[in-house]
Amino acid sequence: MHVTLTHYLIASAILFSFGLFAVMARRNAIMVLMGIELILNSANINFIAFAHYGGMHLDGQMAAIFVIILAACEAAVALAIVLNIYQQFNTVNVDEVDTLKD
Amino acid sequence: MTPDTTLQLTDYLFYFFALLAILSGGVVVFSRNIVHSAFSLMFTLFAVAGLYVLLNADFLAVTQILVYVGGILVLILFGVMLTNKIVDVQIKTGNIHILPASIITAIIAGTLCGVFTLTDWFVVPDAGAPVAKSTASHIGEALITNYVLPFEVASVVLLVAMIGAAMIARREKKK
Repeated sequence: MHVTLTHYLIASAILFSFGLFAVMARRNAIMVLMGIELILNSANINFIAFAHYGGMHLDGQMAAIFVIILAACEAAVALAIVLNIYQQFNTVNVDEVDTLKD
Repeated sequence: MTPDTTLQLTDYLFYFFALLAILSGGVVVFSRNIVHSAFSLMFTLFAVAGLYVLLNADFLAVTQILVYVGGILVLILFGVMLTNKIVDVQIKTGNIHILPASIITAIIAGTLCGVFTLTDWFVVPDAGAPVAKSTASHIGEALITNYVLPFEVASVVLLVAMIGAAMIARREKKK
């Protein structure tokens, strides 16, 4: 079967679902971060696939570049926050960090 | 599009990269050991870079490898090493409310796949064919013409994120 736009979209949808599951179900905050990276990657695949098959080469690729830039910022800040949480609570499990609830 | 139905090399490459991305993505999500997850994420990122190459985005593929594998993955591994007691069994991580998460994920995945397959997407007639032309020079041109404002804003955002991350992660001075 020849590869078409739909193949890329399905692959990115599966990656997106994996990322979503990691964000919702994993306890470790760093696993949640990895899930977010998976989601951003699947979004990038969609951007570039639509740009390639829709005949507007650069616009989709520029959007993907800015997504990568923001992903780098997000990873740096999020890991700084995770390290700070670890110093405060001595754990990075997201369900145990619930001081605001009490 | 040529009418022949034989698979070409690019098709095989797509299936290889897509399968690699999905399998290693599954290991990332379902592995109990967070170090295995982090290393498996590397294969996912490489496979996604391969998909970018198949989609004629060579510059983005190289950027993906440099930024994700060279930067973000190392950051994540640092995070794993700094927040888990390696000597203990702490490195295993569990799941919370798996059932609702699985149900929501299945619903969203089914909806996405249904929409993607059922929609009649607008596709340029000769789009499938790969073009042997580098995109780097065009992207550089676009960055200083049409996209100069987002480009400058992105540089400010990177600076702010760098300073902010350094400030947040710094150890508080004990008074």
